[in-house]
Amino acid sequence: METRDTVFIALFAAIMAALAVFPPITLPLLGVPITAQSLGVMLAGGVLGARRAALALVLFLVLVAIGLPLLAGGRGGFAVFLGPTGGYLVGWIVAAYAIGLMTEIFWTRLTHVTAFAISAVGGIVLLYGIGIPWSAVVAKVPLWTAIGWSTPFIPGDLVKCAIAAVVMVAVKRSYPIITPRGAASAPR
Amino acid sequence: MLTEAYIPGTSPLHRARPLWKVLGLIVICTALFAGPGWPTLGLGGAAVLAGFALARLSPRHAVRALRPLIWILALLFAVQLWLSGWALAGFVVLRFAVLILAAALITLTTRSSEFVDGLMALLAPAPAWVPKARIALAISLALRFLPMVRDLLEEIRQAQAARGLERNLIALAVPLLLRALKSADDISAAIYARSFDAAD
Amino acid sequence: MSPDPSTVLTLQGVSVVKDGRTILHPLDLTLAERRIGIIGRNGSGKSTLARLFNGIETPSTGTVRLGDRSERRALRRAVGFVFQNPDNQIVYPIVEEDLAFGLKNLKLPADEIRTRIDAVLDRFGLADLRARLTHQLSGGEKQMIALAGVLVMRPATVVLDEPATLLDLWNRNRLMQLITGLEEQVIMVSHDLEMLAGFDRVLLVEAGRIAADGPPAAVIARYRAGAAC
Repeated sequence: METRDTVFIALFAAIMAALAVFPPITLPLLGVPITAQSLGVMLAGGVLGARRAALALVLFLVLVAIGLPLLAGGRGGFAVFLGPTGGYLVGWIVAAYAIGLMTEIFWTRLTHVTAFAISAVGGIVLLYGIGIPWSAVVAKVPLWTAIGWSTPFIPGDLVKCAIAAVVMVAVKRSYPIITPRGAASAPR
Repeated sequence: MLTEAYIPGTSPLHRARPLWKVLGLIVICTALFAGPGWPTLGLGGAAVLAGFALARLSPRHAVRALRPLIWILALLFAVQLWLSGWALAGFVVLRFAVLILAAALITLTTRSSEFVDGLMALLAPAPAWVPKARIALAISLALRFLPMVRDLLEEIRQAQAARGLERNLIALAVPLLLRALKSADDISAAIYARSFDAAD
Repeated sequence: MSPDPSTVLTLQGVSVVKDGRTILHPLDLTLAERRIGIIGRNGSGKSTLARLFNGIETPSTGTVRLGDRSERRALRRAVGFVFQNPDNQIVYPIVEEDLAFGLKNLKLPADEIRTRIDAVLDRFGLADLRARLTHQLSGGEKQMIALAGVLVMRPATVVLDEPATLLDLWNRNRLMQLITGLEEQVIMVSHDLEMLAGFDRVLLVEAGRIAADGPPAAVIARYRAGAAC
């Protein structure tokens, strides 16, 4: 870890916070608001790589836990982890790491298609895989009910994956900071 | 900018070390999930209400803490009512309410800076492989960057508004990320120039 | 006043090559004057040159020496650096914490840190900023605090990279007044020819080489002539 990595981690924690004040976009048919913050999780992985992304999310969630109102809607404090949706917040760390890892692996072949797939696997499949059972347990409802609660958010999340893919490829082109996995000896 | 939820006060809860408060929260949390249902819930609820009184917080603060979750809790109540009846519906929703109020109690009586200091004090005896100085630096930098990145976003939003793109997430996110990432080189050079060593 | 030989910066055969592109061609320099200016067009390599002086930039060939020492650690202890954009230099959310940052890295005792911060704030007449949030400072105040954060480290030399570019005329004048009054050696990259006219020596950097070096009047005249065509 270099000082530059620490700076990247802190910067991304601050970017996550800034994304909370992005205007939420409401999907026309479903009426479910899309907030930009989970987009930030995908971008953390796709821009910083696995390790730095996971640490950036840990840092961000520590700041949330100690009471800074950094989540969308100005929420913060320990309470957000104890509500029915707390699993998604913890899942952010795992999702960011996984997206970062996949981005490192597919770095040389990163296109809009692969970046979209990476974001969807990490930011939807994996994240829901943690968030849904968590809320089923803490809210004492059957798994199917918890799944039913989450489905309205999937279209919005697919939109975010598409946005994340475009942004990841754009950042890779103009200011790449990820080192591809297993390419330590390969020419840069 | 960094508007905390902290409400100033001098009660024993305000003065208690953050570590004890967090441990207390963990105890209440565990008890509510592992304990024998209604008796623990009653006990926990009474303890949290006593805490609010002790810290001289008004019911208004409690309402404000619960408000963001009110729709989720209402939905949960309806689902539980349909699935398993009044008793469980009431229990599950009340349990969330107590948990959230317990957590809010800590947030309302503790400054963020106390948490940071507490965290650092906790790390002080940690073994050498824990990068303490780096953790402290990361937290301070993040607090320093919060307003900076928000200003940057606002600046970019205005620039994009001139082109009618102020609601386009891609047009906002790409320049935001590029400018933030590029400033990282200068920032780390500045930290280096002020004798921060990787070895701590 | 003859300079203390143990704090004179010398560059021997120093060049900088990045990604196969030569930023600075091999050069030799001895920097003993109290006030040295560096001018040149954007992209000429003048910032890279300035960043060599305290080890932020490492030379591809040759050595940068301070007296007879050349370790990077010695360089950055003795040579302070002020960046163009103070936002990239201020590390901590509160002024006092930020000023203490470098001193804590030197592992100084707490009362020594406090004394030094008091001294620098008094010297600049900035005592009322002590407990302020760094984010809420004006651009001019931020740059003063960035300079103060370097001076508390008691460097022998202060390198400034276009410190007034983002400032308005009032703040620029105030900063320049402060810089003029410094006891430390000053090496300043600047487009502010008026300010540099009062310096002891000016270097003109062109395409990675020192194109002119000498008293300000002659060097600035040459720079002006180059810009005219």
